[in-house]
Amino acid sequence: MALGPEVILEIERAEMVRSKEIWADNENRRREQDAKEKKRTEWETVSIEQRASIPAFRPGDTLRVHAKVVEGDRERIQIFEGVVIADNHELNRKCFTVRKISHGIGVERTFLLYSPRIEKIEVARYGKVRRAKLFYLRDRVGKHARIKEDRNPTR
Amino acid sequence: MVDTILGRKIGMTQIFDDSGQVVPVSVIEAGPCIVTQLKSVENDGYTAIQVGFGDIRPRLVNKPRSGQFTSAGVSVMRFLREIRTDNPGAYKHGDAIKCDIFQPGMRVKVTGTSKGKGYQGVVKLYHFHGGDATHGSTIRRKPQSGGATDAARTFKGTRKPGQMGNKQVTVRGLKIIRVDAEKNLLLIQGAVPGTDGTLLTIQRLEQR
Repeated sequence: MALGPEVILEIERAEMVRSKEIWADNENRRREQDAKEKKRTEWETVSIEQRASIPAFRPGDTLRVHAKVVEGDRERIQIFEGVVIADNHELNRKCFTVRKISHGIGVERTFLLYSPRIEKIEVARYGKVRRAKLFYLRDRVGKHARIKEDRNPTR
Repeated sequence: MVDTILGRKIGMTQIFDDSGQVVPVSVIEAGPCIVTQLKSVENDGYTAIQVGFGDIRPRLVNKPRSGQFTSAGVSVMRFLREIRTDNPGAYKHGDAIKCDIFQPGMRVKVTGTSKGKGYQGVVKLYHFHGGDATHGSTIRRKPQSGGATDAARTFKGTRKPGQMGNKQVTVRGLKIIRVDAEKNLLLIQGAVPGTDGTLLTIQRLEQR
């Protein structure tokens, strides 16, 4: 009785694990549907151990985020590649903002780190920066928007 | 089976639903509510059960109140509330009502005391537009007119500055996301009234 905020922390920690289960469930359902459409009776199932692990990264690093997008009733994976300019929150709510230049226009997208809708995160390049939030990149274009590479990354 | 339970708001967080979408949830410690009294038509003119909820140090309970607990044969509790039911005979003193009376997906209404905002002006309280900020205005956030001049009085119900919040609020149609009967936790989609730790009444809504 008289439960406190630690209950919420407990839920949030459990949610970080549960996100893997949701990912596996959805993936298995998709494969089952796919097999049925192609009239196959067998298909491989995934377990939560096969969920790609999350690499350590920081603002300034360049990431390739494989995110699921829903198009009509089909899902496909879209890769969003860009520089991490911010991260926010903790535990299951942790999220990060990726900025890229698409056809000359800056595009930013915020992802939930533990979202089951993220298939995989790859670090393309480690960057060396002196800020936690890189919002100054928004005001820079071309060569001014470069980030020095971190050759000895400690993440 | 009763359709109501008492609970304490613990706070808010967010969880993923089965499709991977984020759902904002309020975490509520719901029950167990212990039956302390049965109200009958013969004695009280209506039927209900009285339940208690919440820890309290016995020293803080006054004698008339603690006598009620003693006669019901249960330990002291912080809150006593009545739950209307047609069939109080289904319960006896000391029975526990747990949050497993709810299922995920059910719609509920949640009643509690909203956060107090103190004595507020009409702009914050009733979303009046306020007057001009410039052009020699002297009525920036004032309520302006009190009403018609013909009546020579202000009509009842005219909105004036006053206490905002700290009153009973009911939010209807909230969806139960998760029920944890072991830990007495309810996760309800969306916000519920009041500060963390406030007493809430959660009642099931009839399915339409």
